Amino acid sequence: MPSQTLTIALAGNPNSGKTTIFNAITGTRQKVGNWPGVTVEKKEGTVARDGFTLRIVDLPGTYSLTPFSIEEIVSRDFVLDSRPDVVIDIIDASNLERSLYLATQLRELDCKVLFALNMADMARSRGIKINADKLSKLLAVPVVFTVGNKNEGIDALLERAVELARADLPPSTRRRVKYNKDIEAAIQRLVAHIESQNGGNLLYDPRWTAIKLLEDDRIIKERLARSAGDRGKQILELADRERHILMDRFDEDPEIIMTDERYGFIAGIMKEICTTSSRQRIDVSRNIDRVLTNRFVGFPIFLLFIWIMFQVTFTAGDYPVRWIESVFGMLSAALGQVLPSGLFKDFLINGVIAGVGSVAVFFPNILILFFFIALLEDTGYMARAAFLMDKIMHLIGLHGKSFIPMLMGFGCNVPAIMSARALESEKDRILTILITPFMSCSAKLPVYIILAGAFFGPQAGSVIFSIYLLGILLSIATGRLMRSTLLRGADAPFVMELPPYRVPMLKSLLIHMWDRGKIFLRKMSGIILIGSTVIWILSAFPQEIHRPPADRPAQAAAALQAKGHPGAADTGTSTAPESYLGQLGKLLEPAFRPMGIDWRGGVALLSGFAAKEIVVSTLGVLYAAESNNNALQSALRRSSMTPLSALSMMIFVLLYVPCLSTVAAIRRETGSTRWMLFSIFYSTGLAWVVSFCVYQGGRLIGYL
Amino acid sequence: MLLSELKEGQSAVVRRVGGNSILRRRILEMGIVKGTRIYVEKYAPLRDPVELIVKGYHISLRVEEASQITIDLEE
Repeated sequence: MPSQTLTIALAGNPNSGKTTIFNAITGTRQKVGNWPGVTVEKKEGTVARDGFTLRIVDLPGTYSLTPFSIEEIVSRDFVLDSRPDVVIDIIDASNLERSLYLATQLRELDCKVLFALNMADMARSRGIKINADKLSKLLAVPVVFTVGNKNEGIDALLERAVELARADLPPSTRRRVKYNKDIEAAIQRLVAHIESQNGGNLLYDPRWTAIKLLEDDRIIKERLARSAGDRGKQILELADRERHILMDRFDEDPEIIMTDERYGFIAGIMKEICTTSSRQRIDVSRNIDRVLTNRFVGFPIFLLFIWIMFQVTFTAGDYPVRWIESVFGMLSAALGQVLPSGLFKDFLINGVIAGVGSVAVFFPNILILFFFIALLEDTGYMARAAFLMDKIMHLIGLHGKSFIPMLMGFGCNVPAIMSARALESEKDRILTILITPFMSCSAKLPVYIILAGAFFGPQAGSVIFSIYLLGILLSIATGRLMRSTLLRGADAPFVMELPPYRVPMLKSLLIHMWDRGKIFLRKMSGIILIGSTVIWILSAFPQEIHRPPADRPAQAAAALQAKGHPGAADTGTSTAPESYLGQLGKLLEPAFRPMGIDWRGGVALLSGFAAKEIVVSTLGVLYAAESNNNALQSALRRSSMTPLSALSMMIFVLLYVPCLSTVAAIRRETGSTRWMLFSIFYSTGLAWVVSFCVYQGGRLIGYL
Repeated sequence: MLLSELKEGQSAVVRRVGGNSILRRRILEMGIVKGTRIYVEKYAPLRDPVELIVKGYHISLRVEEASQITIDLEE
C-alpha cells in the first residue's frame, strides 16, 4: 500500500535554528531548488515515519508574514495556497518575545500550527525560564522543546506533527489576537458582509481576509478583486470605508495599530510564561562583538578576514584547479590520439571539452568560496560585515551586504554573482549583480599585463591600477544611475538583526556548500555548452581555408588556461583570420576603429566572450607566430597600435560584456533574460563610449 | 528626543515610530513598539548604522532610520 504523504512546512525567524532542524530531520536527503518565479532558495526533503511519507518544506526565514519581501510572500503563499498539513513554527527560545510575532500571525492564518521552542539550552544558560505548558494553553498550540544542533527533541517534534496532522479537528480558533473594540467591530462588519456577499466561493478564511483588508494588504486585495468580480469590488469598497473610519478614530493607519496590539497581546503572554533571572551572565557574544566591530580594530580585522577568504579561495583553490585542468588536458590528449582527425574530433576537443572544462575549472574556487560564505553566515559575522560596510555602500545606494560580491568580483565574477544571494532585497541583489562585472576579474589581468607592459614600460603598474580604479568608479556611477532610474524606489530599510555569534556546525557548512555548488554545475553547464559550441562553429568554419593540423587542443588549452597558467597556451588558438569570427571582426571594424582598435583587436575581443584570457592567445595568433609574451609584446609595438589605443583597448576589456560563464550566472541569478541582455548591452555600450572618449579625447590633446 | 541623538550606553523608552509606512511597519514588527525599552549598544566605526538592544536581542538601524523614532531618555 502506498503510504500517505503529509506536508509539513517549517516556518521561523532567520537565525532561529530552522536550517539546523531541517538538516536534523532530513539529513542529506534534500532537494534544493528555487521557488517558482523567484530566486529564493527552496529546500525540501522527505522522511518516512509511522507509515506516512513526510514531505518537509523549509520556508524562507522571515520575521513576519506582512508581504513586503519576496521571502514573506513566498512563505505566506505556501501556507495559504499549498495548504500544508502542519506548519511547525521554530521559535528561538532565547528570543521569545520577538519570535512570537510571527507565531501570532501564523495563528491568525487558517492552518494547524505546532511550536518548536528551539535552543532551549541557550535560553536556560541566559537565565530564561519558559513555561511551555502555559504557552501551549494560552495559544492553544502544541509546544515541543528542541535543541537542533544536538538532535534533541526532533523525534518528539515529528511525532507531534504527525499526531496533529491526523487529528480531525479544525484548527482551533480560540486564543487568537483580539484587537481593540473599534477594530473588532470593523472586522465583524466586514466578515458579515463577506459572508453574505461571497457565500461559498471564498478564497480564504473570512476573519483573516477582513483583517488583511483592514491592513490594506495589496496582494489580498488584488486576489479578491480578481476572483470575486463585482461582489469583490463591493467588499473592497466597504473595507476602504472601514479603514477610513479607523484612521479618523485613531489618527493612525490601522495596520500600525494592529501591529502594536499584537505586541501588546504578546507582552501579556510573556508575563505569564517567561521569567528571566536577574543574575546577569557574562555575554560572550557581546564581548566578541566589542572587538570585531570596534571603532579602531573593526575594519582592520574585517579586511584581514576578507583577505584570508580571498587568498584561500583563489590560491588554495588553485591546486584542485590544476588537477581538473590536467584531467581535461589528458582527456583531450587521449581523444586526440584515439579519434581520427576531422570535424567531429575538433568539435569534441575544442567545443565540448573546452566548454565544459572552462566551467569545471571554476568549481574548486566556487566550493571554497561558498564554504567561506556559509561560515560567515553561520557564525553571524556576515551581519557584522554589513554593519561595518553599510555607510560606504549606502553611498552607492546599496546595502552593506553588497560588499562581499563586489569584492569577490576581483577574483572571479561567477562566484561573486552567486554570492549576491545573501542580499534579501531583490532590487539590491539585481543592482549588485549588474555592477559586479566592473570589478576587474583576475582573468582580465593577463590582457592588461601584455598591453601595459608593451606600451607603458615602467608606468605599467600605475596604468593597471588606474584601470582597476576606473572600474570601481564606474560601478559607483552605475549604481547611482540605476538607483535613480530603472531600480528606483526607496532603499529597503536596513533594519537588520545582529544575531549572537555561534560556533558553526561542519555538517551544515558542507551541506550549504555542496547545495550551491551543485546548482552551479547543473545550471551553468547547459548554457556554457551551447555558448561554446556557437563560438567553436564561428571560429572553425568555413572549413576550406588553410589551417594548421587539426590536432591542437587549442581552445581547450586556452579556456583551461582560464586561470592564467603559462604553458598551456603554447599550442596557440584556432581563431584564424578567415573564420567566421575573423570575418565578423573585419565586418565590425568600423565599430572598433573609433576606439583605435583594428580588426585583429576586434577579433581578440570577440573571442574574449568565451573567456577573457582568450583575448591574449588570440592576439598571439593574429600578431605573432608563437604565442610567447615577449614576442607578442614586440609584435604589438611594431604594429599600428599606440599607447593611446592600447589604453583604449584595456578600458574596453575592463568594461565590455563579461565572459559567457558570467552572463550565464547573471541570467540564472536575476532569473530574467531581460536583465541579462540589459547587462550585456549596458556594459558593452559603456565600454564603447568610454574607450571612444579616451581615444578621441587623447588624440585631441595631442597623444597618438 | 530622537533615538539618533542618543549616545552609546544610554537607554530610552519608545514614544512614537514615524517614517514611511514600509519602514515604520518593519521597525514595529521587529518589536520596537511604543513603550519598548531600547539600549544603545554602539555606533559602527563610521558612526552609521547604530546597534541597539531591544527585547533581549541586537538589532541595527541606519541613523537616518533611528531619527524617525521619538523616545524619552531614561536616566
